[in-house]
Amino acid sequence: MVDFKDKSEVKFSEAAQKEIERYISHYPADRKKSAVLPVLHIAQAEFGGWVSPAVQDKVAEILGIEPIEVYEVATFYTMFNLKPVGNYVLEVCRTGPCMLRGSDQLIEHIENRIGCKVGETSPDGMFTLKTVECLAACGMGPMLQIHEDYHENLDPEKVDKLLEDLRNKAAVKQSN
Amino acid sequence: MGLKILTEHINVPGIETYETYRKMGGYRSVEKALKTMTPDEVVEEVKKSGLRGRGGAGFPTGMKWSFLAKPEGKPRYLVCNADESEPGTFKDRVLMEKIPHALIEGMITSSFALGARTSYIYIRGELMFVLRILEKAIAEAYANGMLGENILGSGYSLDLHVHPGGGAYICGEETALLESLEGKRGNPRNKPPFPAVWGLYGSPTVVNNVESIATVPWIVNNTGDEYAKIGVGRSTGTKLISAGGHLNKPGVYEIELGLPVEEFLYSDEYCGGIWKGRKFKAVVAGGSSVPILPAELFLKTAEGVPRVMTYESLSEGGFVSGTMLGSGGFIAMDDTTCVVRNTWNFARFYHHESCGQCSPCREGTGWMEKVLHRLEHGHGSMHDIDLLVSISKQIEGNTICPLGDAAAWPVASAVRHFREEFEWHVRNPQEATKPGAVFNKSEAVLA
Repeated sequence: MVDFKDKSEVKFSEAAQKEIERYISHYPADRKKSAVLPVLHIAQAEFGGWVSPAVQDKVAEILGIEPIEVYEVATFYTMFNLKPVGNYVLEVCRTGPCMLRGSDQLIEHIENRIGCKVGETSPDGMFTLKTVECLAACGMGPMLQIHEDYHENLDPEKVDKLLEDLRNKAAVKQSN
Repeated sequence: MGLKILTEHINVPGIETYETYRKMGGYRSVEKALKTMTPDEVVEEVKKSGLRGRGGAGFPTGMKWSFLAKPEGKPRYLVCNADESEPGTFKDRVLMEKIPHALIEGMITSSFALGARTSYIYIRGELMFVLRILEKAIAEAYANGMLGENILGSGYSLDLHVHPGGGAYICGEETALLESLEGKRGNPRNKPPFPAVWGLYGSPTVVNNVESIATVPWIVNNTGDEYAKIGVGRSTGTKLISAGGHLNKPGVYEIELGLPVEEFLYSDEYCGGIWKGRKFKAVVAGGSSVPILPAELFLKTAEGVPRVMTYESLSEGGFVSGTMLGSGGFIAMDDTTCVVRNTWNFARFYHHESCGQCSPCREGTGWMEKVLHRLEHGHGSMHDIDLLVSISKQIEGNTICPLGDAAAWPVASAVRHFREEFEWHVRNPQEATKPGAVFNKSEAVLA
């Protein structure tokens, strides 16, 4: 789990810093605050899939705004995880069109497979299960998102395969 | 086969690249507009086309453009609303994913018409993979002189940026979107002033949907009069329909407005009928916000007139027996669907997505969700059914933005058209809460 005592410990990689600068350049010089959402996305990807208070403070410092201006944004938008998460966050669409095509059953299946309920992290720390609202994939439901990837037209077999692939990927990463 | 304006080349291999897109006739509207037309002439063509906003409200795009204030010394902005989040709707995502240059070309031509020098595409944050596709395409457009300084030697310059959201349905409302683009919570603004006067950073701004903007190049190339010939009456042109739910062939279809709904639903060219050989029970025809209709009222109006896919035909009968074309998010339901469960699901969605600014919406959406939850789970009373109608009426029209209306309509219409099914849940709680249990009208009458 990535965590920091305070913002002085938060160090972005060079690539992330470049990306942050690129976003800031998109807005008028006196409107750096506009970059808060993109920078929070970059921070979440950089520091273990969540934005801790220290990370949010760092974002505020980079953009020259008050910490509260970052907190109120990070808590408003659902994509930002405010607590530590597993290696992979499974975000399953639960909204009407996906429900019609079996998302309730899919969610139950995943809960049984990874051994935790919606909103929790599996005991092995591998997966965090979230349900989310419509992801604009209604014709391809049921579906889920992991990081930036959409996995669509799912059924129990496909999900099992997906979970297995992710476990293998994590194992390879660890052995390296 | 109907005319395809947006999707004609969607399956051409390599169409996501500048080279192929250009070969297929792309970016001609930029050449034509920047070299041979004045900005006002472009606006005039869009006005003549009768194009109506494709995000859901259906407000004429050209008229929206003509409202844009032009004070001296202030920049003007064009912001594309790519925050596609209306349940049932996934057309913009597919268009951007497959033909990113169609939107970019539209942004350049439209920005020229509005006199914007910096424009933004606000895309929902979950679609980060589409954002990357757009950014790649934008880099190609810069490299080929379609963006940046002095485009095609015309003297016109434009910068175009993509901005990710953070996961909030409300940011599809244009003033919430602008707040979000300014780095704030997505709380809709009080209007007036409208964005045309006070938009992004307090400057005059136009916010348009992806599909609307991507249509502008065809209008510029072929004239607004030609566009207005497509379709029926005030529903001109083509429309992307996102077809989902219990269909044999879900997907995104471009239709000429005026297509008979029966043909759209049943023909193999489009949805191919209801899946698994089941019967057609109900439909949400224009995204989760619009009133749900039973199959028979969708196929024909209360007067027995077959409906066609237009703004006017779908709304025939008002909210008593009609619905809306909305964003074109078409959700079909077969006869195994529980309307109470579906209504509860949508109510939960709106409760989750209410920004919390206005009490009627913040409290009312949660209240409706709770009442629907207990009805669906066998703890409801007959009074609850009327209570739902009463709450929906107290939300509707009493909020800053249309999210309150969007939350109220699905609930009110479900009770209006499927009251017997709600009552069945109250009378038969044990049966209704069995997994997969579905109200059957004829059995209920016998019981």
